[in-house]
Amino acid sequence: MRDLERQQRLSASIVAVDVGDRIYSLITTAFAVCIPVLLIAIAVEIGRAAWPALHQFGFGFLTSSEWDVPAGKFGAAPAIFGTIVSSLLALIIATPLALGVAIFLSEFAPRWLQQPVAFLVDLLAAIPSVVYGLWGIFVMIPLLRDDVIPFLRDTLHLGGTPLFSGPAYGPSMLAAGVILAIMALPYISAVSREVLRAVPRSQREAALALGATRWEVIRDAVIPNARSGIIGGVILGLGRALGETMAVTMVIGNRAEISASLLAPGYTMASLIANEFSEATSDLHLSALMAVGAVLFLITIVVNAIARWLVWSVAVKAEA
Amino acid sequence: MVTLTYLAAVLATLPLIFILFHIAKLGAHSINFDLFTRMPQPVGEPGGGMANAITGTLILIGIAASVGVPIGVGAGLYLAEHRNSPLANTVRFLSDVLNGIPSIVMGIFAWELLVRPVGHFSALSGGIALGAMTIPLVTRTTEEMIKLVPNALREAALALGYQRWRTSLVVVLRTAMPGIVTGALVAIARISGETAPLLFTAFGNQFWSTSLKQPIAALPLQIFNYAISPYDEWHSLAWAGALVLIGIVLVISIAARLATRQRFGAVID
Repeated sequence: MRDLERQQRLSASIVAVDVGDRIYSLITTAFAVCIPVLLIAIAVEIGRAAWPALHQFGFGFLTSSEWDVPAGKFGAAPAIFGTIVSSLLALIIATPLALGVAIFLSEFAPRWLQQPVAFLVDLLAAIPSVVYGLWGIFVMIPLLRDDVIPFLRDTLHLGGTPLFSGPAYGPSMLAAGVILAIMALPYISAVSREVLRAVPRSQREAALALGATRWEVIRDAVIPNARSGIIGGVILGLGRALGETMAVTMVIGNRAEISASLLAPGYTMASLIANEFSEATSDLHLSALMAVGAVLFLITIVVNAIARWLVWSVAVKAEA
Repeated sequence: MVTLTYLAAVLATLPLIFILFHIAKLGAHSINFDLFTRMPQPVGEPGGGMANAITGTLILIGIAASVGVPIGVGAGLYLAEHRNSPLANTVRFLSDVLNGIPSIVMGIFAWELLVRPVGHFSALSGGIALGAMTIPLVTRTTEEMIKLVPNALREAALALGYQRWRTSLVVVLRTAMPGIVTGALVAIARISGETAPLLFTAFGNQFWSTSLKQPIAALPLQIFNYAISPYDEWHSLAWAGALVLIGIVLVISIAARLATRQRFGAVID
């Protein structure tokens, strides 16, 4: 008798648990599914809006360097070129610095210095893009124009090279590259720091036991272990630099032309959209801007996916 | 070689100090009560302020939080409870992908979805664009915080007769709540400085407006417009606005860092 009652009570509570649990599970699954749905929605909407321009210009959209708004001719090559060049320049400047900081923080820094320095470097990521742009216009560009570029041209005699030819107005690809480098630095540094820290102590100790100097330990035992993670961090910084809009718009000069000189103004995909979108009157112009957005979307997705995969594979290896 | 890394460390911390120093120097003398209470004046007239921009930013943050935080927390709960199911892994990966999408792409998406059909800019579209950007951040922090809650707590609740959903909501979520709130604050601090999504959703407004269906001013937009203008008074207002914006962002970021470090210091270190 008692057993039967207990069994009835148990089965009743199991049914009640089931219903509440089911609703809860449904709601959380619905919320989680929002994320893929949002991503698909972005892809679909932008793709749909970009289709008219892509259909009209075909593959030439990516290769033509004629961005002529009144004539209705849209070629995104200058913007794509500018995005790639400014981001690469940013990586060239930022990666050695970020790696240096990461190595400093994980290997050489005394304990009391680690937290503050790491904190300061990470804080660079918290500064809004438009503030970087403001600082870029009023502080960095005059600095570049009055001090750095004359130094590069005259003292280092780089003025003859095609990279530094032409007049230096101020707003330039170089300025954009430097600002993007500062903005990408904290991302590369943070990932590299984690990855370097994840290298097991035994590796370092083994190298030391074999007679390596401190630097040789890092070069030969630590970095090779952390290599894919560091590359992942660099690519993450690249992803950030590719999509950066406001700071670049304010310092790059916004001229839709491909130029060999770093001192010439340029254009990036993001700044192209930012500048022309609210004033685009014709449907074709809008669609062309959407197409540029679609290209940017694709590039950043691929770059970020590669970065995440690289960093995750290191994390999995470290746990194993 | 070792000295090079020391040099790199110094060079890497310099820009931050530079930027903060310049903002403080150039923005400080324009900071006064007027900045927070007066409306923007035409060029040439003294005493303009950014009251509409500051209020606009607060309204946009409010909309973004009410859109992004619930979805983020819900998704985080799902991810924390289904560790390795295919859907969970996909969602986790896609959440990181969503995080990396440039803010301008979010902006044109929000324009296509929310502005074009209606025919006018609105604060709501700007807030939703910003909210979509907070979702990945909130999801990630929620998942981390919930994973940190000790299993013993869950088992105790279940042993006392709580159903699974009650354990998750009442026991686990409440324990992880300080961390989740901190994560949400960090996400909000990050989007409060975003300009690009607002360029063609909220669009900016010279006048005072708190309506959700009208364009609304925002602090980053105002800074951008003033910075690229040719007027000196507007430039100094831009610096002052940047000082206010950075103040907000830094205070929240630093407070969040301190809070999570104190609470989980023993666990992480």
